[in-house]
Amino acid sequence: MLLLQTILSGVLIGLVYALVAVGLTLIFGVMDIVNFAHGEFLMLGMYSSFWGFALWKLDPLFTLPFTALLLFGVGAALYRVVIRRITDAPMLSQIFTTFGLMILFRGLAQYFWSPDFRSIDQSVLTGKVAFAGLQFGLPQVVAAGGAVATTGAVWWFLRFTRLGAALEATAADKEAAALMGIDAQKMFALAWGLGAACAGVAGALLSTTFPIFPEVGANFILFAFVLVALGGFGSVAGAFWAGILIGVVEVVGGYLWDPAYKLVLVLSLYLLVVWLRPQGLMGKA
Amino acid sequence: MPVTFRASLLAAILGAALPAAAADDVVIGVMYPLTGSAASTGLELKNAAQLAADLINGTDKSLALPLVGGGGLPGLKGAKLRLIFVDHQGSPQVGATEAERLITQEKVAAIQGAYFSSVTQTASQTAERYGVPFLNADSSSVGLTQRGFKWFFRTTPHDELFVQNAFDFLRDLEKKKGIKVHRVAILAENTEFGTGAARLQEKYAKENGYEVVAKILYPPKGTQLTSEVQKLKAARPDVVFQSSYLADAILSMRTYKDLGFLPTALLANDAGFNDSEFLKTMGKDGNDVISREVWALDLAAQKPVIGKANDIYKARHGVNFNGNSARAFTGIFALADAINRAGSTKPEAIRAALKATNMGADQLIMPWGGIQFDENGQNKKGAGIIVQVQDGKYVTVWPMGPGAKDVVWPLPAWEGR
Repeated sequence: MLLLQTILSGVLIGLVYALVAVGLTLIFGVMDIVNFAHGEFLMLGMYSSFWGFALWKLDPLFTLPFTALLLFGVGAALYRVVIRRITDAPMLSQIFTTFGLMILFRGLAQYFWSPDFRSIDQSVLTGKVAFAGLQFGLPQVVAAGGAVATTGAVWWFLRFTRLGAALEATAADKEAAALMGIDAQKMFALAWGLGAACAGVAGALLSTTFPIFPEVGANFILFAFVLVALGGFGSVAGAFWAGILIGVVEVVGGYLWDPAYKLVLVLSLYLLVVWLRPQGLMGKA
Repeated sequence: MPVTFRASLLAAILGAALPAAAADDVVIGVMYPLTGSAASTGLELKNAAQLAADLINGTDKSLALPLVGGGGLPGLKGAKLRLIFVDHQGSPQVGATEAERLITQEKVAAIQGAYFSSVTQTASQTAERYGVPFLNADSSSVGLTQRGFKWFFRTTPHDELFVQNAFDFLRDLEKKKGIKVHRVAILAENTEFGTGAARLQEKYAKENGYEVVAKILYPPKGTQLTSEVQKLKAARPDVVFQSSYLADAILSMRTYKDLGFLPTALLANDAGFNDSEFLKTMGKDGNDVISREVWALDLAAQKPVIGKANDIYKARHGVNFNGNSARAFTGIFALADAINRAGSTKPEAIRAALKATNMGADQLIMPWGGIQFDENGQNKKGAGIIVQVQDGKYVTVWPMGPGAKDVVWPLPAWEGR
């Protein structure tokens, strides 16, 4: 029973990892830029929920659509102001730029909001879900559910809407898409907006369980990178399944073996997959 | 007199225009984690150290501690203490580089730091190499004073004493209250601090006839502690000994509650559990946690200077001292005392003065017998207490006796708090 409980706990956290990674893989897939500031979008999502709660007593679940919109705006604006200038720059410049943004966002958060740990203690999401001898925190269950819904929505958007198809077309071939009348600039801004919004939603969903502080993104970003590579660069479905896989391996591995080595398990699995299948689980070769 | 006046006027003008040029200052490098997941702790330590320096540099003598209100160090003709704060980000590598920079670029007379045992380890190694005194006020890993260093001094007691205290506490519980503990589990983060503490806890538990049902070391700063808590749950311990920094302390408590894990008691090894942010974040769920400490506000009843110092700190920063900030504050006083007696900022003179340190209990805001270093640089007169969170406040529950509150045992259920 404990084992089943542990597996399901792994799935729950894995779905949240997946949502963070979906945003990252989207940006990478469309633009070939690795966004090191992605964890900071998550952090901003958490603070957006926190301030909604602290200032106006609004529940993070209630402010979630607003957080998503806000982060969409942040992502799109960031593209317009900064990223647009480095789309054709050497990879090293791109890395330095997004890495610099990461430090900038952390610094700003610490400057304006202090390094204090914040938390949302009176959410409507408190309590437990218990069935058949298993029990989970309600916030974790809702976070996982929200992550599935958001990832599903992104997947559906890419697959079944005209705009989504245009985004995929730009990802596949920027020049050809432009010849078909697709405005690449708009698509890039859209990718950054959507990517940031995904991380923002993940932040909002985590805000009721995880302490909120300026560097919180660092805790999640390693997993996001692993998931993106493991699932296949640019593959939303790949990131999703990789999230579940990694969550389960981390939690169950830590439980059965030694928690000190749970990251070793995760990263070994990652190495194994990219060794056997360099394009990732669902990436195109 | 006119010469001194003119000199100090000049120093004041220079000082205002170009702080680094005030040649008479005694410069002390202070390293704490000012960014990263322990930044809020680091900020408190920084505030406490700065307050100590300001009290010594100032002219208000109302606080009854040595050197306070003297307008600087009398042994160095009123030279002021100037603290240079650096951020080691909780990283041992950064700690070593920053220590090197403090010594070679800033030419500090001494260094205080670094809270994280792992960072203290590397930073003090650098200080040792350059021959600059390193005073550690707040790292508890035993190994730090077993390295045979010449330039390393530690004012706080270390984990061996704290672990002994914890088992004395359990023994007293059994003797005086008839509470018997059989099964203990150990949960600790896997850097210098946690692994060192866990090793000692295991050793003492076995020596005292307890059954160690689980010893779990986990990587800090993770995203979840589910596996760890499930392992604890499966081991069914009476008491959990836990060593965690703040983020993990909060995350573990939340996971205990979510997964319905409730030991009879949680004995924390200070750190995250005694951080001011811990109770702010946990609210009622933080109640009844027991932790080793070196300081508690209710000690002011027996030692009024503790209350007075706390009032000053609280007026400035809006929070009470805690064990960490009180130790950082005390560290600066110990350094100032030594530098003042040395009458010089030469490293060798300061080292000799530190070795001869003999501060009395009445010269400290700690419940210690005083400060006097043994041949390894460890303060021989430190002492620990054990506190419990009761109704949102840390109260002393051990040593049992006058002034100590009754311990709440076992932990009440998570529901209905």
